[in-house]
Amino acid sequence: MMNGDLRRERAAATFQPELLTHILDGGAERTRRRKEIEALVINDPDFQHEDLNFLSRSQRYEQAIRKSSLMVMKLREHGIADPDEIYWFKSFVHRGRPEPLDLHLGMFLPTLLTQATPEQQDRFFMPAWNLEIIGTYAQTEMGHGTHLRGLETTATYDPATQEFILNSPTVTSIKWWPGGLGKTSNHAIVLAQLYTQGQCKGLHAFIVPIRQLGTHEPLPGITVGDIGPKFGYDEMDNGYLKMDNFRIPRENMLMKYAQVEPDGTYVKPLNDKLTYGTMVFIRSIIVGDSARSLSRACTIAIRYSAVRHQSELKAGEPEPQILDYQTQQYKLFPLLATAYAFHFVGAYIKDTYRRISGDIIEGDLSELPELHALTAGLKAFTSWTANAGIEECRMACGGHGYSRCSGLPDIYVTFTPSCTYEGENTVMMLQTARFLVKSYTQVSSGQRVTGMVSYLNDLSRQRIQPQHVAARPVTVRINDPISLVEAYKARAARLVEAAAKNLQAELNHRKSKEDAWNRTSVDLVRASEAHCHYVIVKLFTAKLSEISNAAVRAVMTELCLLYALYGISKNTGDFLQAGILTDTQVNQVNQRVKELLAIIRPNAVALVDSFDFHDVHLGSVLGRYDGNVYENMFEWAKKSPLNKTEVHESFHKHLKPMQAKL
Amino acid sequence: MALLDSSKHLQDSVLSGVNPDLASERLTASFSVEKLTARLDGGAEHTRMRRAIVEAIESDPAFSRENQYFQSQNERYEAAVRRAVHLQKKMREMGWTENGPEIKYIYRWLSGDIAFLLHRVFMRSISVLGSDKQVAKWIPLATEHQIIGSYAQTELGHGTYLQGLETTAVFDIATQEFLLNTPKISAMKWWPGDMGRSATHTVVFAQLYVHGKCYGVHPFIVQIRSLQDHSPRPGVTVGDIGPKMNFEHTDNGYLMLQNVRVPRENMLSRFCEVQPDGTYVRWGSKKINYFTMTTVRISILSDEVILPLMKACTIAIRYSAVRRQSKLKPGEQEAKILDYQTQQQKLLPQLAAAYAFHFINIYLHELFDRGYQEIQGRNFDSLPELHAFSSGFKAMVTQYCTSGVEICLRACGGHGYSLLSGLPSLYTRVLASCIYEGENTVLFLQTARFLIKCFMAASAGQPIPPSVTYLSSAKPGKCPAKDKLDFLSPDVYLKAYEQMAIRLLSSNAAKLQHLIQSGAKKHEAWNQCTVQLVKAAQAHCHYITVKIFVETVEKLDNKAGIQKVMKHLCDLFALHGIFSNAGDFLYDGYLSGAQMDLVTASYLDLLAVIRMDAVPLVDAFDFTDKSLNSALGSYDGQVYHRLYEWAQKSPTNQQVSPAYGKYLKPLLQNRLSKL
Repeated sequence: MMNGDLRRERAAATFQPELLTHILDGGAERTRRRKEIEALVINDPDFQHEDLNFLSRSQRYEQAIRKSSLMVMKLREHGIADPDEIYWFKSFVHRGRPEPLDLHLGMFLPTLLTQATPEQQDRFFMPAWNLEIIGTYAQTEMGHGTHLRGLETTATYDPATQEFILNSPTVTSIKWWPGGLGKTSNHAIVLAQLYTQGQCKGLHAFIVPIRQLGTHEPLPGITVGDIGPKFGYDEMDNGYLKMDNFRIPRENMLMKYAQVEPDGTYVKPLNDKLTYGTMVFIRSIIVGDSARSLSRACTIAIRYSAVRHQSELKAGEPEPQILDYQTQQYKLFPLLATAYAFHFVGAYIKDTYRRISGDIIEGDLSELPELHALTAGLKAFTSWTANAGIEECRMACGGHGYSRCSGLPDIYVTFTPSCTYEGENTVMMLQTARFLVKSYTQVSSGQRVTGMVSYLNDLSRQRIQPQHVAARPVTVRINDPISLVEAYKARAARLVEAAAKNLQAELNHRKSKEDAWNRTSVDLVRASEAHCHYVIVKLFTAKLSEISNAAVRAVMTELCLLYALYGISKNTGDFLQAGILTDTQVNQVNQRVKELLAIIRPNAVALVDSFDFHDVHLGSVLGRYDGNVYENMFEWAKKSPLNKTEVHESFHKHLKPMQAKL
Repeated sequence: MALLDSSKHLQDSVLSGVNPDLASERLTASFSVEKLTARLDGGAEHTRMRRAIVEAIESDPAFSRENQYFQSQNERYEAAVRRAVHLQKKMREMGWTENGPEIKYIYRWLSGDIAFLLHRVFMRSISVLGSDKQVAKWIPLATEHQIIGSYAQTELGHGTYLQGLETTAVFDIATQEFLLNTPKISAMKWWPGDMGRSATHTVVFAQLYVHGKCYGVHPFIVQIRSLQDHSPRPGVTVGDIGPKMNFEHTDNGYLMLQNVRVPRENMLSRFCEVQPDGTYVRWGSKKINYFTMTTVRISILSDEVILPLMKACTIAIRYSAVRRQSKLKPGEQEAKILDYQTQQQKLLPQLAAAYAFHFINIYLHELFDRGYQEIQGRNFDSLPELHAFSSGFKAMVTQYCTSGVEICLRACGGHGYSLLSGLPSLYTRVLASCIYEGENTVLFLQTARFLIKCFMAASAGQPIPPSVTYLSSAKPGKCPAKDKLDFLSPDVYLKAYEQMAIRLLSSNAAKLQHLIQSGAKKHEAWNQCTVQLVKAAQAHCHYITVKIFVETVEKLDNKAGIQKVMKHLCDLFALHGIFSNAGDFLYDGYLSGAQMDLVTASYLDLLAVIRMDAVPLVDAFDFTDKSLNSALGSYDGQVYHRLYEWAQKSPTNQQVSPAYGKYLKPLLQNRLSKL
């Protein structure tokens, strides 16, 4: 039986959630197929298991390995080969959590495909495809992360034996973090500084066997293990790897591009920028993850807020649903709008990548730098926002959000490392800033720039002068998304210009470019954030016209407005200082945000239903579709490990003797 | 260093000394670290006592927390009980007592990783809410641990809003007993610590009914487990609520009562009583039942909220002086990440906040000690103000510290994500404080209600409490600053904060009035303004925090460079607040856009200044390595060795995983290729 509150919420919605689900999935047919795959997994008894919250880390790893091996077999049984469909299947099997074969499937195999020679593919690809070889991708070291050139692992070529000698010369050079390395893998693609003929040729990738086939014992010269407990990722055996004079044949260097010939002669790769493509792709996945993780958190928090009653709004009346409190709406609805915005941004990057990856294969790299720069910033922007948003959702669920039964702690700890991996967010923001400054410099020297930064072209004509705002007409219409896009554009232009000028001023004062850059980096990050924010508002707004159903378009327009206006109300300083908005308009924005909260309120539950997370996938007692929260919390708690016996053994071991002694 | 005493090998590798990158940071301190530590402790003699106690505890292996990150929920719980029992023994040995000066240092060191903390709240609520007779009966039993108590207020369906509690206590004149019941599932007590597995007794908050009339929520002492075999008493269903984000060592519990009878004398009756004939008598403000909660809100700040931020800053700043990444200049070594402006901007404002909150905490405690005296004398005048203070500052400090610890965590990159960094457990612990003892949004609104009342009173020329007199001094104006250095003058920034706080409050008051005049009901008007009201309450608390920081700095002795470095931190705290809330200061033009640029410039300059003292400033918190329990934050900065050695002790590396034989081996040996 569905909880009465949720039933009423659903009956009051002004649009059909399925229609919105289709938009998110990219078409009704894709929704159908996704649900079909979901049912395959959820109805498969092999994928059932005890609630992971009650298991130890070793048990969770064991469950994950069990499911991963089944998964690989069943994917083939079911003939699922489309990348999106594999992604769905995998994500249902592991319920959105990482798993020990992630790096094998997501990095080891693809790297073989893109960087191995045909001969190497013959040797490694099929065994890896059949999981006789399980590999990982060992890049990060204990002392070195985002800055790749700093890696210390060495691979020294010995022409006498035609082997590379791999070494971890210092503690800081120990490979640290690679997923699946600790316990699962028997091979690793190791990134190391290549030395040949006495010269360092920079980072290259090597296929290194690390465990004995058959016994799974580490090979002589290899020290490998698990890096210990983490905030999340309990299923994943993130590992360490130390190599002492470990020799591999010359043919184990991935040589599709760069090569070392038998005599040690080094042959340079043709183009460095090719690796950009992979990075763009992975970052686009993180943007999508930001959207999905935030959507899950919103689903839980909004459903629970419709079920939970607390305090009184009117004296003498029953306690209202907490979703009726303005403060609760103010916490949750902007995040809901953000989740939708990020979905559309993720889809946009994926489509753009797909569109231009054809060009890349044909050697046309012209669009790549901008996309690369843009995805760096968007990866940081969306993951930071989602990270904070998940926590906000958890807090909005009060005490029960803190219990693991809410599912929210898990979403958070699983998601939060994406602020760090695949490029630390601040560093990512600064990469985008570098592109923005470069574009600004081009405009200043009279060139025109294209794409998302084309607004910088207007700067040279218009010269925004923050201190003389009165002279500029204020034309922002706060109920018109297109006008708000212009406001965000003006803010981005102003902050890019301010950062570029401050950078120039520092350069005029100091000798070193690097010092100047560092002393401007806070401004530069702000400029990047403003740029990304603009891009997101723009993409969300553009999406509206593509929605054919009027009811859905209406509710999406409200969310888009909320997203844009809330962003302004949180950054009023930028808009006021640049003279884009007046005090009166800021008031109107704040007022309009509150009106929109009330307008969105009746559709809130339908809007999270549209994300269409299955209860099993959501993994939350608070976020259950049927809303029967309290009964199920009690049922869940009874299974807690501490409740295994009515009287805990600690009573006999410690409490009783103490009471006897005192 | 003593962190990993057991490993001889590690001693050989780590005892080689302090990492030069950290040692060099300490050479350039502009002030005496030891003197600042003494100031934070409240005098050198306190520092001595604290260190002696820490030494006594750390030298006792029973208190070791080295394995904490590897343990399951059951193991954590058992260890916490074992430690609590051992502590009793230790206290006897050392001659420490519950009321002695040592106790706060003991608990500070233990970082709450011990059982029976709610037992202490149980005792405190009896002391505050119980009659002399009740105190005489229960406190000795509790002190001797003949009984173990808990504090059962929150229910499954009801939290911060106490009037909504559903548990009932019906007085039965015939037997002179109260009959306690959990009428439905949402009324089940849920969350109380120590209750799931340990407690024999608990203070249950229930709606009191006499002769069919409800008198509201009152506290009752209820025995829930047998004193012989620890089994639940008849009518009692009790257990653990399952795994949480943290507090795995605590058996937060659920409790269902079915016709459980307690004698009339078990209702805590310092301030009200049900007499044998059923007459209900009250001697003080109705709010007094909540006074325990009000004081608990303040008492948690130091150990549960500010301390985690101080530890997180210590870990993140030391690590940032050791971690090198990318090059600032070509040809040079990779730079310390602490030298990056973006890293400074993440960490140094948190450091400044840790100091700011340390001082506001002292101020709050003085305020509450005075208030407590008055209430003991049955003078309840200061209760509304104390209540507003405890609510607002609890909310602000917990919110700020939680976000601060998370910033520290993320500022440590990947390694911050390892439990061995110590940061995840600091974070998950501090963030619970945003919810327990009152949800923060609700608390801010309580403060806002008080401020609006005071504001109205001030407008009507009536007297208002001393803490809010600034509300009557509102004069419109503009900030006089002309140069970035002007913003290093406390008068300038304090005035800006004051103006902003008054403006937010007065605009809310006007809005409320306007809504009510145009026909809205009071509660509707209130709900429509809550988003802005929360902001106004935050602004008030922020302003008072800056003000107290400024006043504290003025009183500091300038010997040993302490006043100067504290002044820098105070400026940073204030300017960071303006920089981060620029819109609120620009709005209405108190600060101009040009002045905001000066604030930004001044703020960024301060980062570079404080950076020079960053490591000494965290050293001054004087945490031992064992109390930090972090591979990244140790005093000697031997980060990487420690991380490597410690990870090898993980159970995942010690035990043979059954996963290989059961799943991996068949997988690797070719089952798939047959497909």
